[in-house]
Amino acid sequence: MDSLVPWLKGAWAWATGSAFAFSMVLSVLAVVAFISVWAMFAVWLERKASADFQVRIGPNRVGGRFGLLQTLADGLKLAFKEDLIPKDSDRFLFALAPAIAFCGAFAAFAALPFTPALSAVDVNLGVFFVVAVTAIGVIGVLMAGWSSNNKWSLYGAMREAAQLVSYEIPSALALMIPVLVAGSFNMKEIVAFQCQPTDGALDNESLVYWSSKGWLAFYSPWTFIAFVVYYIASLAECKRAPFDLPEAESELVSGFHTEYSGMRFSFFFLEEYGMMFVVSAVAALVFLGGWQPLPWISLNMGGLLGNLVFLGVFLAKTTFLVWVQIWLRWTLPRLRVDQVMVMGYKYLIPVSLFALLMMAAYEHWGVRYLPGLF
Amino acid sequence: MAHSVSSTVSSSSAAPAKTLLLPGEQRPPDVHIDVRTQELQINMGPQHPSTHGVLRVAIWVDGEIVTRAEPDIGYLHRCAEKIGESVSCIQYVPYTDRYDYLAAMNNNLGYCLAVEKVAEVEVPEKAQYIRVAAVELNRIASHLMAVGTYGLDLGAFTPFFYAFREREEILRLLEWICGARLTYNFIRIGGVMRDMPAGWVEDVRKFLDVFEQRLDEFNDLLTHNHIFVARTANVGVISPEMALQYGLTGPNLRGSGLRYDLRREQPYLMYDRFTFDVPVGTGIKGTVGDCWDRYWVRMLEMKESARIVRQALDQMPATGEIMAKNVRHLAFKSKAGEGYFGIENPRGELGYYVISDGGANSYRSRIRAPSFCNLSILEAILPGTMLADAVAIIGSIDIVLGEVDR
Repeated sequence: MDSLVPWLKGAWAWATGSAFAFSMVLSVLAVVAFISVWAMFAVWLERKASADFQVRIGPNRVGGRFGLLQTLADGLKLAFKEDLIPKDSDRFLFALAPAIAFCGAFAAFAALPFTPALSAVDVNLGVFFVVAVTAIGVIGVLMAGWSSNNKWSLYGAMREAAQLVSYEIPSALALMIPVLVAGSFNMKEIVAFQCQPTDGALDNESLVYWSSKGWLAFYSPWTFIAFVVYYIASLAECKRAPFDLPEAESELVSGFHTEYSGMRFSFFFLEEYGMMFVVSAVAALVFLGGWQPLPWISLNMGGLLGNLVFLGVFLAKTTFLVWVQIWLRWTLPRLRVDQVMVMGYKYLIPVSLFALLMMAAYEHWGVRYLPGLF
Repeated sequence: MAHSVSSTVSSSSAAPAKTLLLPGEQRPPDVHIDVRTQELQINMGPQHPSTHGVLRVAIWVDGEIVTRAEPDIGYLHRCAEKIGESVSCIQYVPYTDRYDYLAAMNNNLGYCLAVEKVAEVEVPEKAQYIRVAAVELNRIASHLMAVGTYGLDLGAFTPFFYAFREREEILRLLEWICGARLTYNFIRIGGVMRDMPAGWVEDVRKFLDVFEQRLDEFNDLLTHNHIFVARTANVGVISPEMALQYGLTGPNLRGSGLRYDLRREQPYLMYDRFTFDVPVGTGIKGTVGDCWDRYWVRMLEMKESARIVRQALDQMPATGEIMAKNVRHLAFKSKAGEGYFGIENPRGELGYYVISDGGANSYRSRIRAPSFCNLSILEAILPGTMLADAVAIIGSIDIVLGEVDR
């Protein structure tokens, strides 16, 4: 017996520990699966949307009339391609760079709540975590550009570093405004703030109820400014047009990933589409009420059905914001390096700082829209 | 690592500061850090999407700023002028298609006019009108390509497809009339290959009606876009003096505010019978002679070309010869003599200088290619601009490398 107890204890610890480890592995796998499926869908969406903008038809053969499986076919093609590493490159860094670039976008998924119940990890400092962790990607890009031993790639990497570091500031400042209003870094709590019932207490009978706070984008003029600033800065952060200088096709010939092929290239691809989802999801959660379908009108649902509805609403909002990114990309020309910097330092940072100060003042004196009017 | 390092930080005062000084010795500065950035040489092209063909520009950059640029040409050299001596004049016409392949009609026309001048061939009136219609349609197609790819150079993909939609329609019309989409060989010595097919004129009119509206659509999409204007206005400014010094012609010269168009200055074909404007750059968005002006001149010229095509179709006689009587194609021999003929190609003055000794082949055929002369200004205007501007400037000069290298 004496020997059995520690053994049992050990077995119990192992079982619980491995259950925890197992659940972690499962959630990691779930995130990977989600990113892959999402990237497939987003690439398809981008191709179809751009075809619409450009009086073309777009993919229409693989996977039915709408070419739904075109991305899968392309992904398979990438997987089977030769893994080329340039002769004079720094092989170790070259091989490592795509993984690190992917890390940032990947890790950010962990902290995103998809519904009240569905998130890989409930991070208390969610907003902060996402802002911090997405910045890792720039290291991978720098490594890729440097190790490729290609001057154009190096240019792309340097531009990326300058751009990302500059635009982190306005985007973080803009995110501080809803955090200030809601009084929490936790994205679930920020969403909960946005669907607070009007009288504070919620009777469980009603399916639909009014929430006085509403979506944070429409909470006050300053939060709306914050939303716009965040959206612009987030475009720069995921290297989307008009801020796609790091990979400017017509200048740098794809910039930092010129030398990449096959699966390594597809990792940069996944990173880009993953980042698009992350920034759009953060915008949807923090500014656009997360999983609540309408501003000021919220749903009181729970259980599996409720979570599915919320998931659908959340994904719809995020996809819409991604679609806007695609729309902008296929409409606008590219800015120049100095213009990007001017935009960041001369406009976005002062505007977001001012909005943050004004919001703080508004909150302090309990003003919401315009003093005297509302 | 086998890297060319773009910047180095070197500290010249590596030695620790001395406390004891010898008589007459100067105390070195305590800290003296010399941040020295090295010049980096990068090769733009010959395989680069924005050099519009196999142009190589060796660019020396300091960070993002271009300090020196040297265009390196010759990757597409095909001995064009020598071929002109070794094949007969008639056989040489399809070769001219290949020089400025975006404006093949204009190239056919230039050579044919030069040979006709030397051989003293009288071209029938109807053939001349057909030539005008074909050449001006081709000019629109060429300019559409120029403005479409210019958007592409600046990162705007979508306008390219809209430009190509219209260009496709023109190519369809030109294919209908001569059977080829790019290298037409339609304008022959003494006239044109054949008469217009039935229904062609109506289709051209229909196209022109739609086209003018769609140009406005294109302006909304690209021309007045704030980012586009920010990228092109005040960039790559060519002063009128400079334009003249470098021998620029065509939209590049007119973009600098000089109203010079060979169709107006030395009217050939029937150009003196049409009313059309010669648009020039006025610096609406920035300085006269910047990239935006050159782009805008092309946009306006497309409208003028459409006007010319309409007038040509209206004035065209219903019936008539399309080939000169005295040109026997299989045994065409020019008179001995020499002559130069310059026409207004979409890119500028395209000149053919033909010397004939009376045989079937020309003794010498020299081509004055507009892109070749326009390209020479790159070296002068690229330094001091940013790398992204270099792309914008090369795009705004609108070169065709087939013509530069010949």
